[in-house]
Amino acid sequence: MTTVATLTPPTLTPQGGRRRRGIELIMLGFAIVLTLAAYSAVQMGVLGRYPTDLPVVTAYLVACAGVAHLAVRRLAPYADPVILPVAFALNGLGLVLIHRLDLAARAGLGSLLPSGDAGRQMIWTALSILLFVAVLGVVRDHRLLQRYTYTAMVLGLVLLLLPMLPVIGTQVNGARIWIHLGPLSFQPGEIAKVVLMVFFAGYLVAKREVLTLASRRVLGVDLPRARDLGPILVAWAASVLILVGQSDLGTSLLFFGGFVAVLYVATERLSWILIGMVLFVAGSWFAVITFAHVAERFQIWLHPFRYAENQSYQLVQGLYGFAAGGILGRGLGRGMPELVPYAKTDFIVATIGEELGLTGLMAVLVLYLVLAERGLRSALGVRDTFGKLLAAGLTFSLALQVFVVVGGVTRLIPLTGLTTPFLSYGGSSLVTNYVLIALLLRISDAARRPAPTATPATPATVAITGDAPTQAVRT
Amino acid sequence: MSQLTLTIVKIGFLALLWLFVLSAISVMRSDLFGTRVVQRVVSTRASKGSSRPATTSSRSRREGSRRRGKAVPHQLVVTAGPLAGTAVTLSEAPVVIGRAPECTLVLDDSYTSSRHARLRPTEDGTWTVEDLGSTNGTYLGPTKVSSPTVVPVGEPIRIGKTVLELRR
Repeated sequence: MTTVATLTPPTLTPQGGRRRRGIELIMLGFAIVLTLAAYSAVQMGVLGRYPTDLPVVTAYLVACAGVAHLAVRRLAPYADPVILPVAFALNGLGLVLIHRLDLAARAGLGSLLPSGDAGRQMIWTALSILLFVAVLGVVRDHRLLQRYTYTAMVLGLVLLLLPMLPVIGTQVNGARIWIHLGPLSFQPGEIAKVVLMVFFAGYLVAKREVLTLASRRVLGVDLPRARDLGPILVAWAASVLILVGQSDLGTSLLFFGGFVAVLYVATERLSWILIGMVLFVAGSWFAVITFAHVAERFQIWLHPFRYAENQSYQLVQGLYGFAAGGILGRGLGRGMPELVPYAKTDFIVATIGEELGLTGLMAVLVLYLVLAERGLRSALGVRDTFGKLLAAGLTFSLALQVFVVVGGVTRLIPLTGLTTPFLSYGGSSLVTNYVLIALLLRISDAARRPAPTATPATPATVAITGDAPTQAVRT
Repeated sequence: MSQLTLTIVKIGFLALLWLFVLSAISVMRSDLFGTRVVQRVVSTRASKGSSRPATTSSRSRREGSRRRGKAVPHQLVVTAGPLAGTAVTLSEAPVVIGRAPECTLVLDDSYTSSRHARLRPTEDGTWTVEDLGSTNGTYLGPTKVSSPTVVPVGEPIRIGKTVLELRR
């Protein structure tokens, strides 16, 4: 056996003792100011007058932000100061944009949109904040989640498969991703995203040593052994099953992409990404030649203007929106984003592109980049492998979702029906993303906590531990 | 609303949006500079069969530790093993090292016990290491630790395949 000398990169150690909750509060205040400014601009742009209910809106935003901030201050005092304000700003901007589309519908500008969604989204925001606090309160240490690795697997699969059940699952606009329980409707695939990430992280902590073994080196890439391909093939098969059973390209892509990303982080082997890409391309090709609706999506992507009047109407209207927006945008409340079908959910990015222009859209994308950077930073800083994998996986799934949505709307990749995190109208998505943020804050709290939280032992005590006989030692 | 007002509102909002983005980035920037960068050593990682992970660099540091043996350590750094490069900032609290998730430093090393060893500060600022009845033992330099022993700065502590040392 040979000994290999490696030069490993430097590690970042978070500086101890800096809670930075004050900065978080200031940034939250800034996020509220930003939301109020957007709200005023919308009212002035659409209705031509100054907003009259600013105090009410302010009170609502301050209450939401205040509860979230106090919860972080109490429950995760060392957590990252940027994550929550950035998420809150995106959420606030989303509320304003939904309100703006509501106004357009009420003005009767030939709209396809139902009204009053901003109010419902405000209720969902309040519920999300409460759930955010609950997650921070219940999950006092992210390592507790590792115990529920296989429970998370079962729960995640059940959630993914729920919409395929005959009675509660319903098909909306071609995709079978909804469940209806009485008046409530929910997309269980959204919350499955977070639950399955807990499983992926816990599973790969246990199995990564096996998956790191290489059999052969081909073109500078260490290929894994054939018999270790099992997990990635199972994940691939499951995502193909979602694609076929639910006609949901987005969730399928997110599920498989998330698994491959965590696998790569766990094993540091580039070959897993290559294998994942080969499997992905094979799966996509298979789907395109086998299923008519996937083939249609593909055709729309390649030739949008050929079908501009029917199948690709939405995509083409979105592209016109971007064109109308230009560099600086039309100004909030002054474009015509309501011409795009489903502007509140799938195509909210097109609304941003039209009214805030390239400048505004870039700002929003940089905010997502900031979230992703903070998440990966927490993954680097935290000391246990499970936390690293979980933080990296959650962050990656958020970033991948943004990529898939924005890429689909801007015609970089074929369009898939995913929500834009925090911005889009939709309760399940908002709730899930706040849970995701709560877990990231929990992990970043562990990463930045300076003092090791060991139980202070009194000098004369003797530690009795489980698996090994303990030498009685007095100090 | 005049066209001019609306244009000012439009530009003003974009400016505010970017101001928010930039202030978020500046918070991150100060976070970045508040971070100490710990340069990992050039570690010679032994293969799985070999049980001598003591490296040349840790040996040279051991010589250095004789000069500043009484120094007060501030950091516990993993120099070899699966977690190489990880650092724990020391405080008043003892540090329990092992594989159990409730340990302060959770090692992902199959040669360590679930609660393997404990580092504890003394009144004069030095740290002692004691073995918590581990299967494979804890070594301070070449000697096996059988009772709480004072750890000089830079002296390698070997736990399973992992090597740790205290740094100032």
